[in-house]
Amino acid sequence: MSAALIQQLVDGLAALMLLTSFALLAQHRMLSVLNWFAAQGVLLAVTAAVVAYGTDNNELYISAVMTFLLKGLLLPWLLWRVIRELHVHREVEPLMNTTLTMLVALGVTLFAFHIIQPIEKISQLMTRDSMAIATACVLLGMLMMITRRKAITQVVGFLAVENSLFFAAIGSTNGMPLVVEIGIAFDVLIAALIFGLFFFQIRDTFDSLEVDAMNAHLIHGDDEE
Amino acid sequence: MSSAFVQMLQAVLLLLLAPLATGFVATCKARLQNRRGADVMQPWRNLRKLFGKEVVMAAHASWIFRTAPYVVFTATVMAASVGPALLVDTPLSLTADVIALVALLALARFFLALAGMDIGTAFGGMGASREMTFAALAEPAMLMSIFVLSLGAHSTNLTTMINHTLNSPFALHPSLAFAMVAMLMIAVAENGRIPIDNPGTHLELTMIHEAMILEYSGRHLALMEWAAMVKLMLFATLIADLFMPWGMTTDASLVGVAVAFALWIAKLAGLLLALAVIETSLAKLRLFEVPEYLSGAFVIAFLGLLSYYMLEVGA
Repeated sequence: MSAALIQQLVDGLAALMLLTSFALLAQHRMLSVLNWFAAQGVLLAVTAAVVAYGTDNNELYISAVMTFLLKGLLLPWLLWRVIRELHVHREVEPLMNTTLTMLVALGVTLFAFHIIQPIEKISQLMTRDSMAIATACVLLGMLMMITRRKAITQVVGFLAVENSLFFAAIGSTNGMPLVVEIGIAFDVLIAALIFGLFFFQIRDTFDSLEVDAMNAHLIHGDDEE
Repeated sequence: MSSAFVQMLQAVLLLLLAPLATGFVATCKARLQNRRGADVMQPWRNLRKLFGKEVVMAAHASWIFRTAPYVVFTATVMAASVGPALLVDTPLSLTADVIALVALLALARFFLALAGMDIGTAFGGMGASREMTFAALAEPAMLMSIFVLSLGAHSTNLTTMINHTLNSPFALHPSLAFAMVAMLMIAVAENGRIPIDNPGTHLELTMIHEAMILEYSGRHLALMEWAAMVKLMLFATLIADLFMPWGMTTDASLVGVAVAFALWIAKLAGLLLALAVIETSLAKLRLFEVPEYLSGAFVIAFLGLLSYYMLEVGA
């Protein structure tokens, strides 16, 4: 494959990455959120493999396989188990309606594009175009954490931010050293496990996974007693 | 052959093949649903029957109600006939501007809505209000998705845009993929197809397009239905023009036109078959979910625009 084709492929994958970030924001049902999250993980693994092929970087192959196993299969499966056990299938209502969220998301994407433009000009890498998209995806993940009420969707937002950071790492430096990546992967795995335990604890304590319920309990809990 | 003749030919073909296209979708749908269904000529038979019937009009119908079918039909046919289908560079190609095309369709829609309200029945007004609500969301999304292509071609003229696509070397364009998905979503919505509106419905409460033409009969109804069929054909041709123009001829030679015709029919058949599959596999959306669907299309088109700037301008 020629270098130009690989660059176009990376660009296409970056565009799909942006699409998955938007799709995550637009979903109402927990299951489709998880499906899109898994798709994002697989996409990330494919991107890593393509960049590995383009730059002859063998370590990236290993992290591609790791990404696929961890973010494409294991994390979605863990979260799926949690929502099955807790019977939360619908995000009842996000704080803003979907259309407004989408408009804000478009604005956020424009902003990311605007601030990355000067950096893009000085980069020589074949993946430089994807940096703006990686930044946009980080901000979109944060937006997801802000606009959702349920603890699980907020965690998915957090994991999406981590995905985009990994994508940014592939894009801006052709991947971090393997040791660092393995470390981060295990951190994310442990975090997901701890989140999973937390969900059960939160549900037991507050009878709900809505973050508002927790707030109300923590702030007004003492007055009611 | 002169290019003026080819222009005439493709306009006439669009007009004559439009009922066949609608019939093709209906037949495919029937087969997919394990029904025998009518053959592809059925819409033609319906039109012939309607043209032979007497026009029945409500007592307080005004001149708007009487002229609307002619305006709707003429505007739609004009929009359909200026667009390139076989030959890229036609004598009327300067008119084939996308914004003018959308404006002609908007004119047709305006009169359709007026006619729906003119007669004063509840369903007509309801259909008109729904149609306008959705049009207000669909039109910007459609223009936005076309602008993605215009950015590359530096023009909103269809001929220039097609020439640009034909002459540029093969490359993966994520922005075009976004634009095409958005355009397909809009085409389904604009033609009143199943996730949005059911063309075969007899339940007034869920109607959009049908609600506006409930009061029409005879040749007026025939013109309205024919205009809807031409519109479906126009959208299919437009999508083929914009996103897969390969095979369109640049000179008016007999062989070139014949090849372009065969490929055009193949592309249309592919798109219409896809439409039949979509209509069979999806359920109709609740009415209040339609704005979400359309704003989704707008967001996808806008993503196309953004990814054009992010990924393709600097590269």
